[in-house]
Amino acid sequence: MKNNLKGWLYLLPAVIFLGVFMVYPLIDVIVYSFEEGYNFASQSYTGTGLYNYSYVLRDPYFTQALKNTFIIVIITVPLSTGLALLISLGLSSIPKVRELFQTIYFLPYVTNTLAVGLVFMILFKKTAYTDGMVNLLVKAFGGEAVDFIGGPYWAKMFVMCFYTIWIVLPFKILILTSALASVNETYYKAAKVDGTRPGRIFGRITLPMIAPMIFYLVITGFIGAFKAYSDEVALFGTDLNAAGMNTIVGYVYDMLYGNSGGYPSFASAAAIILFAIVFTITCINLLLSKKSSVF
Amino acid sequence: MKVVLDHLTKKFPNRNKKVGGFVVAVNDFTFEIPDGKLIGLLGPSGCGKSTTLNLICGLEKPTEGRILFGDDDVTGLPPEVRGVGLVFQNYALYPHLTVEENIMFPLGNLRGEEKLTKQQMKDKALEAAKLVQIDSLMERKPNELSGGQQQRVAIARALVKMPKVLLLDEPLSNLDARLRLQTREELRRIQNETGITTVFVTHDQEEAMSISDMIVVMKDGVLQQIGIPQEVYDEPVNLFVAKFLGTPAINVFEGRVKGGSLYIGEDSVLDVKGVDDRDVYVAIRPEGFIVDDSGRMKCTLLRREVMGRDSSVVAKNDAFIGETIRAIISSETKVDTSKPDIRFSLKPAKTYLFDRSTEERIRFSV
Repeated sequence: MKNNLKGWLYLLPAVIFLGVFMVYPLIDVIVYSFEEGYNFASQSYTGTGLYNYSYVLRDPYFTQALKNTFIIVIITVPLSTGLALLISLGLSSIPKVRELFQTIYFLPYVTNTLAVGLVFMILFKKTAYTDGMVNLLVKAFGGEAVDFIGGPYWAKMFVMCFYTIWIVLPFKILILTSALASVNETYYKAAKVDGTRPGRIFGRITLPMIAPMIFYLVITGFIGAFKAYSDEVALFGTDLNAAGMNTIVGYVYDMLYGNSGGYPSFASAAAIILFAIVFTITCINLLLSKKSSVF
Repeated sequence: MKVVLDHLTKKFPNRNKKVGGFVVAVNDFTFEIPDGKLIGLLGPSGCGKSTTLNLICGLEKPTEGRILFGDDDVTGLPPEVRGVGLVFQNYALYPHLTVEENIMFPLGNLRGEEKLTKQQMKDKALEAAKLVQIDSLMERKPNELSGGQQQRVAIARALVKMPKVLLLDEPLSNLDARLRLQTREELRRIQNETGITTVFVTHDQEEAMSISDMIVVMKDGVLQQIGIPQEVYDEPVNLFVAKFLGTPAINVFEGRVKGGSLYIGEDSVLDVKGVDDRDVYVAIRPEGFIVDDSGRMKCTLLRREVMGRDSSVVAKNDAFIGETIRAIISSETKVDTSKPDIRFSLKPAKTYLFDRSTEERIRFSV
């Protein structure tokens, strides 16, 4: 019993810290989300109930943000993971120049999001003076210039996904190349002695061996993509609702501080909805990875 | 299947690029492994024995020379065409597959006419598992097995395709002492039952001597001696082989031959006929000493160590190379430990002379 007390005493700083800055705000947000018309200044509200949720779920801006977020998640997570795997496999088969290429691939990770956003603007934006680099290419192949930044929805979504994949790729490549390098060489030798074809080596040995890392990347990728916001701002500016490119986190921000902001209750409800979605998908992911867990 | 290595040489580019050049891992190897025998490739670490194994396996391509399986030249063939099974030092069992899946893995690579049905694969895997007595563990994962069981699975996986040659790289080095004894007998049994030509690599001379039909002693990529274990032990061709085989190690002295007599220090210890006057190394097996008050070799007695079945006498001599001389004598032999000195007479058959510069054996008659 005495020992127990001592243990808790040691934990106290961490417990206080986490309690004040994580647990309390989380509970607070849940409470706000059920309080109707909460006002920061007067700390008052008009009633309690599910009104906030029903309002948010009916808000066309929210449904648009939800749709955008889901599209970004569904397109970028599998694509970026797959691409990272392909590039990592390529890298591990060219040992001599691997480090050089690894550095090149890692550059986007250390570059500021907004700076990369600027580069993308130059590449894609159509102005009165120029159609942008990409459009020049499109025209060179006989296509018609598209305004990727201020034009049709699919064009904007294309740039958005392209940009997101570009930003998340370096980290995934870093993780996967080290995962591939950590697979013991003798497994490949053993497979070679048995005359195993490259496809079977990949499917039956390499992939299962690095599966834990892939699951890790998919889970963190899902969470990261659901929380996307700054990348959208970097490309389309702060008025994302007008551009039709808002995300759930963007919606929460707008509800709190944006031009139409000042609605903490709606923001809390939206945040809780996002939390529920991310939580559910992470649980599904973990269940799947446990089921096919190999070790 | 008889395996012939014909002037086999393997050079690796030097890791240290500044030095450049090549490291010769295997140097002009020529020997023949008879069909259906168990061969121990023996040598200190870095002597090229694993490279030799990889060459036979086909994981490495020789720089020069040929490898023949029976009468077929397999030098240019990849491992799977040669029909070899290889057991790795760390077993290299796929951790995500069950024992059964591990054993079946090589069968899954068969294509075309050789392709097997799932049931045929299962039958073959079971057969191999029964041979190494792990058929009750088929559903386990490798990390649920002991070291010895993993070893058996690795052997079963190597045997499942019924290879012409089975290769084992340091098969016992990852096992504890008791299991090692047990497993080496097991290896012997499996080899006897299958009759597959088997080559295993080891740095442990006791291991190699105890189960091999033939041992091949290597040093710095050069073949030193090849023969049946007792023969190599009794008739080493050079000082390296003499020192490498036997525990406790052979005792080496600086000596010289003068007028048909062998001198260690000032003592004339043995008559050696047919040897010119010269400086030599004298190597005496621990069992080559006879405690004898009128013996011709005098040493400073340090102590007697009793080991039950026999005991060893630890002594010193100025001409000895190393720390202490160790002589194995029977437990019944009386040793007067009160005296500072002890006298030995030597068994001529257990005493070897080697040239000072070439370290080659010098034969003598008594």
